[in-house]
Amino acid sequence: MKRVALYAAALGFTLFAGFPFYWMLITTFKQNRDLYVGASDLSHIPWIFNDPPTLEHVKLLFGQTDFLRWVLNTLLVVAAVVVITVAVAVPAGYSLARLAGRWGERLGMGIFFTYLIPPTLLFVPFARLVSVLGLQDSLASLILIYPTMTIPFCTWLVMGFLRSVPWEIEEQAMIDGYSRLAVIVKVAPRLIVPGILTVIVFSFTLVLQEFVYALTFISSVDKMTVSLGVPIALVRGDVYHWGALMAAALFTSIPLAIVYNVFIDRFIQGFTMGAVKG
Amino acid sequence: MTSRRTLADREDVLGGVMLAPALAYVVLLVGVPFFLAIALSFSNATAGSLSFQWTGLGNYAAILRDPIFLRALRNSVVVTVGTQVLVIILATAAAQVFRATFRGKRVARFVMLLPWAVPVSLAAIAWTWIFDSTFSVINWTLKATGLLHGWLYWLGDPALALLAIIIVQAWRIFPFATVIVLASLSSIPQEILEAAIVDGAGFWRRLFQIELPLLLPVVAVAVLFGVVYTATDLGVVYILTGGGPANTTHVLPTLAFQRGILGADLGQGAAIAVFLLPFLIVVAIAMLRVARRAEVGGAAR
Repeated sequence: MKRVALYAAALGFTLFAGFPFYWMLITTFKQNRDLYVGASDLSHIPWIFNDPPTLEHVKLLFGQTDFLRWVLNTLLVVAAVVVITVAVAVPAGYSLARLAGRWGERLGMGIFFTYLIPPTLLFVPFARLVSVLGLQDSLASLILIYPTMTIPFCTWLVMGFLRSVPWEIEEQAMIDGYSRLAVIVKVAPRLIVPGILTVIVFSFTLVLQEFVYALTFISSVDKMTVSLGVPIALVRGDVYHWGALMAAALFTSIPLAIVYNVFIDRFIQGFTMGAVKG
Repeated sequence: MTSRRTLADREDVLGGVMLAPALAYVVLLVGVPFFLAIALSFSNATAGSLSFQWTGLGNYAAILRDPIFLRALRNSVVVTVGTQVLVIILATAAAQVFRATFRGKRVARFVMLLPWAVPVSLAAIAWTWIFDSTFSVINWTLKATGLLHGWLYWLGDPALALLAIIIVQAWRIFPFATVIVLASLSSIPQEILEAAIVDGAGFWRRLFQIELPLLLPVVAVAVLFGVVYTATDLGVVYILTGGGPANTTHVLPTLAFQRGILGADLGQGAAIAVFLLPFLIVVAIAMLRVARRAEVGGAAR
């Protein structure tokens, strides 16, 4: 009896979480005449394929829209933001964890708090800044602004990660005659590799998800990222090409979901560090 | 440590150099714009021209007289609170399920994480299709099971649209909250629970008198992140309803965007966005308190 309740509850949660993805999947491969039957027609079951599946929406998405262009733009921005974030946040995290002493903790907390300042508060001044710099409607504006979101969180992540790495290895290197700088350059990078990997994955997912800044800065369809282009530019006037829209959503979600599944524990560690340490 | 102290051994110098770029980024591109956002709200700046004048409280006086703004403010509170209530219930329940072992758990866990992984704008567009006025699969299912006799215009009716927004926000956030609660459930010492079982405490008693109180700091963190994610989110409302019908479902971010960016009235947009600050300040203070309590607790252990 108890097992039955458990399975029922597990099924319920899984259905609630997964239902929109099932809906993306079935919409992607349904023929239009199977798709656009009003929901008041109870004899037509929308949950299943009533006609054979089709690839026409997928072909439309890849052949007649700018979807691939948006994928390319997104990857370009991701690459640049990841490089900036790693170059800035990893040394900062190391500095806060190992060099700054008692101040490190508080400064780290302060930097982390800036992560709470939301894009929806900053987009107004950024709109002005971007236009003053002449960067409006360019990928460069995103590359400049996105690190404001990744750097605070990733600095915090690296700092927390280093706390779990024993100090002894670096200490031993110094006893062996390495200078402090040599330890940082030669010994520390090997120790932080898993932390750097998490930073890369986090920056990657954050850039893929971002919508507000892209919506604010970018207006040309050929400069858009995936998360902006799909909901904004795939809708032509009032015409929603639901098949192609859902195909785009599906093909973007799947790789992200796999990445999340692998890295979720590290993210959670980063988020709860303040509350469950010690 | 040897007595030789070159530059390469000065921890304060090295620490400063390594921290400087991050600090510069955060100060110049988060700190300065943050205060600029507040300053702009006291001005009549527009997107078109660089010159502006200080207008004092003019923008605030204007929006506080504006029924659309007051409605947006109310909607922001309703959506944020409603979402967190739903998320707490769903996440504590889901955590109880997912701590048990059952067949297919790996698949279930993967599916549970999907809402958190998908870009919010793509999730919102999928839900827009699910709530479609003509083709809504929810309506079909409700009618087919005999639960609905009329018709639900999910995104066309202000009250239903707010409910739809809350459902989507809760759907998006509860997997994350569940994983956080799960992580801390596993950190509760097993002896405490075993002692409670020996003393005859049943499932509900253990849940409400032992586990939930111990979980409180962690649930608090999950809720605080949830508040930030919901109160400051623009994508869900922008894509789902665009603030409509007739400006009844705006929240602060979408209204700030409409006035500040689309309407080019940066001053008023900034003033609207500033009303997000109370949400954030409450969250920041609460997080500091939780962190400090955890520190004290950690020291006592």
